[in-house]
Amino acid sequence: MRDKLYTRREWIRNLCLTALSGSAISLISSCGKEEVEDFLQKHFLEMTREEKEALITRLEARYLKKYGRKFKVSAQEAIPDTLWGYGLDLSRCIGCRRCVYACVEENNSSRLKPQSQWIRVIRLKKGSLVDLENSEHYYNPDLVPEKDFLYMPVQCQHCENPPCVKVCPVHATWKEPDGLVVVDYNWCIGCRYCIAACPYRGRIFNWAEPNVPSDQWNTSVHYLGNRPRMRNVVDKCTYCIQRVRVGRYPACVEACPTGSRKFGNLLDPQSEIRYVIENKRTFRLKEDLRTEPKFYYFFEA
Amino acid sequence: MQLVLLVLLLFLMEVPSSSLARQTSEGFPVPPPPFKQGMFPCSNCHASMELNIKKRELRDEHTTIRLNHAETMRWCLDCHAPRNRDRLRLYNGQLVEFNRSYLLCGECHGNILGDWKAGIHGKRQGYFMGGKRTYLLCVHCHDSHSPRSKPIKPEPPPYRPGDKENAR
Repeated sequence: MRDKLYTRREWIRNLCLTALSGSAISLISSCGKEEVEDFLQKHFLEMTREEKEALITRLEARYLKKYGRKFKVSAQEAIPDTLWGYGLDLSRCIGCRRCVYACVEENNSSRLKPQSQWIRVIRLKKGSLVDLENSEHYYNPDLVPEKDFLYMPVQCQHCENPPCVKVCPVHATWKEPDGLVVVDYNWCIGCRYCIAACPYRGRIFNWAEPNVPSDQWNTSVHYLGNRPRMRNVVDKCTYCIQRVRVGRYPACVEACPTGSRKFGNLLDPQSEIRYVIENKRTFRLKEDLRTEPKFYYFFEA
Repeated sequence: MQLVLLVLLLFLMEVPSSSLARQTSEGFPVPPPPFKQGMFPCSNCHASMELNIKKRELRDEHTTIRLNHAETMRWCLDCHAPRNRDRLRLYNGQLVEFNRSYLLCGECHGNILGDWKAGIHGKRQGYFMGGKRTYLLCVHCHDSHSPRSKPIKPEPPPYRPGDKENAR
């Protein structure tokens, strides 16, 4: 009796397992080739050089087919002895949002429906810099700067101690050796824990595939940066990883009409960012949270 | 030969492209100053004119220039070299080219010149490591005769959640 029960149970278990594996195989085989490739792809940090190269050729072919443009996908690693830092002069920022739109164009963010912007320029009443709760980022006057306000662009602060990395359940986001906090969009499951954890609202969720006119794609992309994102993943400012790892200024730095934005290597004593830290009055946003951002706001002493 | 060079110079002056940035003798890669078309070289007109150092209102030429830069104590020839109009004149009498005008600006705004040299005031474009770079001159952003920046129109604000224009 006992044996019989056991065998029946075993029989049912085996049946279930067979059904499960069968359905999994049929599920995978019913997917397109691309979806299978994506499903079986390794974590970016565990890939060998050959695997990365194969991945890049695969992505380039896919983007050519999908968007009709020849993309150049890079997986360039961090330059040794670099730690990228950013400076922003609050006494010069006029809140014109040129940086926001330069960023959108450079990083292939969705233009409209849905709109996706990595930089948020907030407007504060003069004399209440810390009062972020009563700030506004939908301001729309005819001319800027306005008399009684100052402007504070906020984007990913590339914390040395990033809370978003801690909460990610699948390690889809991590801090690179040069200090950039990046996302592997293929590994992201879209749970948005990181959005909840970020105290700077630096992360953006892609509710849909990027809506970019086909002639406006920036075809020079980095795997961890501005390549076209898929639906339901989180992305964020990467300090233009595709630019800074070849020694070029980020797009927002080049776009700023007042020259408020500064960028450089924190480990290089001759860099612009080190000059800012040594000669100007700087602060970092929400320093009390001990996230150690590498984004220094400063103003004229 | 001289005419060809002149034409070439004129052509170079009118293309405000960063690819034309050239090193000044202090080693700053600056693009050509933003001259209006046909303005430079000044000696084209001034070489044949008599020097008049008297402060006066200009009626025939340069009528669009509104001096709003310590105008009560300043006149054209305080900065433009009287006997060589293609150069600027420093306090000590030294003549400098227009693409080194930061030296002139720095005579009063020394702390800002220090910041500019370090790359903090003003704007740098291109590559900070390897590759080509451009440092904009003071006059690319500030009108030297009226340097205060004018307000500009901001880009549109982001859509609010639930805005109809952004709804899928």
